Amino acid sequence: MTASRAAFAAILGKDLRAELRTLQSLPAMVLFAVTTFVIFRFGLDRTSLSGSLGAGVLWATLLFAAILGINRLFVAEREEGGFDAIRLAPIDRTALFGAKAASLLAYLLILELIVVPVFAIFFLDSAAALPPLAAVLLLADLGLAATGTLISSMAVNSRARDLLAPLVLLPLVVPLSIAATGALEPLLAVGGPGYHRFGTWLAVLALYDSIFLLVGYAVFDFLLED
Amino acid sequence: MLGPNGAGKTTLLRILATLLRPSAGEVRVLGARLPGEAWKARGRIGFLGHEPLLYRDLSGRENLRFQARLHARRREAAEARIGELLAATGMERRADQRVAELSAGMRQRLAICRCVLHEPELLLLDEPESNLDAEGRELARELIGAAPGRTRVIVTHDPERFVSEAGRVLNLEVDPVGGGRAAVSGSAVAT
Repeated sequence: MTASRAAFAAILGKDLRAELRTLQSLPAMVLFAVTTFVIFRFGLDRTSLSGSLGAGVLWATLLFAAILGINRLFVAEREEGGFDAIRLAPIDRTALFGAKAASLLAYLLILELIVVPVFAIFFLDSAAALPPLAAVLLLADLGLAATGTLISSMAVNSRARDLLAPLVLLPLVVPLSIAATGALEPLLAVGGPGYHRFGTWLAVLALYDSIFLLVGYAVFDFLLED
Repeated sequence: MLGPNGAGKTTLLRILATLLRPSAGEVRVLGARLPGEAWKARGRIGFLGHEPLLYRDLSGRENLRFQARLHARRREAAEARIGELLAATGMERRADQRVAELSAGMRQRLAICRCVLHEPELLLLDEPESNLDAEGRELARELIGAAPGRTRVIVTHDPERFVSEAGRVLNLEVDPVGGGRAAVSGSAVAT
């Protein structure tokens, strides 16, 4: 195993172990998402959501729940000296970017494993849309993890990080949101999932993911400088 | 390295550790010109600052394993080295407790283990004995004391403790022209 791969595995393992031990991010994300679904359920007074409304409710809820995790992603590195410890090691610093993005991706996948079934129970007439929906969410999560990791690493050094991260992140994820809701809309159509322009939206999601993963790889080293 | 508060001792030490970028001048550490060649020096430096650089939600042993992996140590060799360091600092029985549950002195002992874990050629030590009791200071001396092939740069407010074994003493003074902000440039005096 190369030094960078070992560092990637070490940082990812450390993050997941710390989260399992302290449960600081995931429970808050899950609780937020479920509560939001309950509010939509009674606020809209609807037992079924379809098309663009269903796609919007699902994506907006997941996005805002993700922000809770993004805000805390680098807190241990900032407050407990992890940045210095990693900067002192003879490793490619992009290992930190990769490991943090992988941590965030894991949080998002676990979040969705729990809350998407809740969404389906509250708002969907059948579970037929769930398998293709998982593919859309996986691609959207990858982009959100890359962008969220970049923004979180910049915002964590600010005293107003809880405010700064969403303010910078939300405009950046507008293209991702358009593509994700565009792909989700036909899947949640009345009468069962459709696939109108589904491939196009998946390609847009994949392009967004590639761009932000490359940007993260290219600039993260500079972001870690003093 | 001696000097009053605000003279820039910690700043200079962090520059040498490649953690801060010098705003002017030339810095060479272990033959590497900083900051451009910092990658050549990283991994050969052990840094002990004011913060222990340990994750509070992991145990001491887990923190040391994490450091060993960052420094690409093989698992068996790392476990042996970690056991040896924990024994040397008297931390064997507390090694599996979360760092958050340990006293400041115990964290400092673990920080010393972290600092020397990868057997660095250069030790940068910022008040290394702070928070240590008499026993801790004695044990720490075994690990961060003078050794062949190892250079140490020690920041201290206790000259009697270290000056007798120092090859050079660097006095940093607060620069009055700079409004007392920094003294690293121009006012350092090696004796």
